[in-house]
Amino acid sequence: MDATGIGLWGVPLAILGGAIRVSTPFIFVSLGEAITERSGRINLGLEGTLVFGAMTAYAVAVMTNSPWLGLLAAAAAGLCFGLFHGWICKFPKVNDIAIGIALMLFGSGLAFFFGKPFIKPKAPNLPAIPFGAWSDIPQVQAALDVNVLFLIGAALSLVLWWAFRNTRAGLIVRVVGDSSDAARAMGLDPNTVRLIATGVGGALAGIGGAYLSLYYPGSWTERISSGQGLMAVALVIFARWNPLGCFASALLFGGAGALGPALQSVGVTQGYYLFYAAPYILTLIIMIATSSPTRSLAGAPGELSITK
Amino acid sequence: MADTVSSADAPALLGAKGYPAALEGIARRAEAFVIPLGALVVGMALFSLFIALVGKSPVLLYETMWRGGFGSWFSIQNSLSRAAPLLLAALCVALPARLGLVVIGGEGAIVLGGVSAAAMGVALSGAPSFIVIVAMGVAGLAAGGIWIGAVGALRHYRAINETISSLLMAYIAIALMNQLVEGPLRDPASLNKPSTQPLANIYRIGNIPGMEVHWGLAVGVVACVLSWVLIEKTRWGFAARIAGGNVRAAQVQGLAVGPLIVGFTALAGGFAGLAGMLEVAAVQGSANGSLAASYGYTGIFVAFLARHNPLAIIPVAILLGGIDASGGLIQRRMDLPDAAVLVLQGMLFIVILLSETLYGRVKAFNPDLWRRAS
Repeated sequence: MDATGIGLWGVPLAILGGAIRVSTPFIFVSLGEAITERSGRINLGLEGTLVFGAMTAYAVAVMTNSPWLGLLAAAAAGLCFGLFHGWICKFPKVNDIAIGIALMLFGSGLAFFFGKPFIKPKAPNLPAIPFGAWSDIPQVQAALDVNVLFLIGAALSLVLWWAFRNTRAGLIVRVVGDSSDAARAMGLDPNTVRLIATGVGGALAGIGGAYLSLYYPGSWTERISSGQGLMAVALVIFARWNPLGCFASALLFGGAGALGPALQSVGVTQGYYLFYAAPYILTLIIMIATSSPTRSLAGAPGELSITK
Repeated sequence: MADTVSSADAPALLGAKGYPAALEGIARRAEAFVIPLGALVVGMALFSLFIALVGKSPVLLYETMWRGGFGSWFSIQNSLSRAAPLLLAALCVALPARLGLVVIGGEGAIVLGGVSAAAMGVALSGAPSFIVIVAMGVAGLAAGGIWIGAVGALRHYRAINETISSLLMAYIAIALMNQLVEGPLRDPASLNKPSTQPLANIYRIGNIPGMEVHWGLAVGVVACVLSWVLIEKTRWGFAARIAGGNVRAAQVQGLAVGPLIVGFTALAGGFAGLAGMLEVAAVQGSANGSLAASYGYTGIFVAFLARHNPLAIIPVAILLGGIDASGGLIQRRMDLPDAAVLVLQGMLFIVILLSETLYGRVKAFNPDLWRRAS
């Protein structure tokens, strides 16, 4: 990373590029988690789903030589994990948070178990669109090389934002999330709705995992996730369960995460590891600043265990 | 359950439908043992199926696990060594759980406890070893206690979900450790693996006499017993159990829920910090990246498996230590990835959580259901 050519302008540029690159898995996982949480359940297991999705995508892409089949397989695997979580949680007295932790362990374990033979081979990457081709400055080109999944994620957050407000399905999810009793009175089965919502959430998390292994960082290792699946849960709260908010905060997270490497590239090496923690510190500060012991969070689904 | 007969109305010696009252007591007590053990067996059976599906012999697997975990004095000592930090890490989950809190960021307290202890050991070098070791222990306790106590305080005074905040703080703690170990506390002689200055041998904690297991095991067992006494036999523990059942009811009763939550989370974090200190003083000899060895996360599993009962944590941690210890042997003997152990843990965890749904619903263990049937 040489930023001498454009001097300090390299820093905001690297942060922008980093925000776009790093935020994509956050966008998908947090949108998935937002759907699940809007239905009244919390799935901490998305971390395991993400890792398993990353492995599945990479393995399928290696075997079929098609990154898109890999992506599809990751979404299918994520769907299975989500449905499993949704099914277990319908039993009385089963704690959805604890099941999430267990699935995190199980998903990562399965991914490492089956992923061992795929650490070496190279898989084809998902394509990126070079929006920076007009410029002859390499930093600009690097920053504006945008993966298609980022664009799909942006579109998806708009669609979900609209769908939660304006469609029948969106209304059903919100009713079930706000009051099981009201939903039953309307003739809806909360467990079925939550099962589907958790399944869809898992599928999106699987896609987020596929982005990790098939684009950035673009390889399968056992350390591929740095807790993105867990962070997404905090991110959804931070975004007040609003899909557009999820998109914006994912970008913010990505940018915060890119701060350390960007500053390092212009020679600021002090506190490198602390900059690494910037997204986590940021989330914590904003959570402290915006919550209050006397009122519940604006926009929180009434049935969600973590806000009760 | 309006139709149940309370035991006071029943004849003194005979329970419902003429069952002896003693049998009722046995049935109720048996539930707490039979359900988790049954879940353990079901989980292991499912894992056998998994192993058979990938084309290996489940019989050979469990035989290897037994040999690697508990089959010889050597492997037993190995398992006990691995159980030592798990005992303290599990308390970090179990104590807040009695108040109804799910704290999953014990890893952060372990890491910071280790770094603080190492810094204390280096700062006091030259002092008598007894004083230094005690000071290191206090440093570990304090660092972990402040860290997780803050999670409790945020929960009570700012209504911030403790699961999320403890997790965020675990990531922050690991970054803080990396910064300290790479920066101000770094021993210039540690080239490949940045570490703090190594502790002098007199400040290291040795093994329990006659065993290749360090004193951390004894510390962990004592901590579990003390925690059990705290929860079951003191008024603070009683208050905590009430607050864990229903916060509103506890507040109406005039219990100071805030200090209770901060106190319990701080103690829990202190235990995890102590685990970090023991890792430094007994195993690593200095603070470095190896402190984040995910004991904090395995501790979550141990605590849930023990149903947050501090005494039950002891056997569960030893069992988990044994499973962990057998990972290497499984990998070598059976040509399976070492992640097989992780898969087994995940499966057991899921089945055990699922078994929660059975409590009070299995007819054999619930005399109230015997009556309803008649």
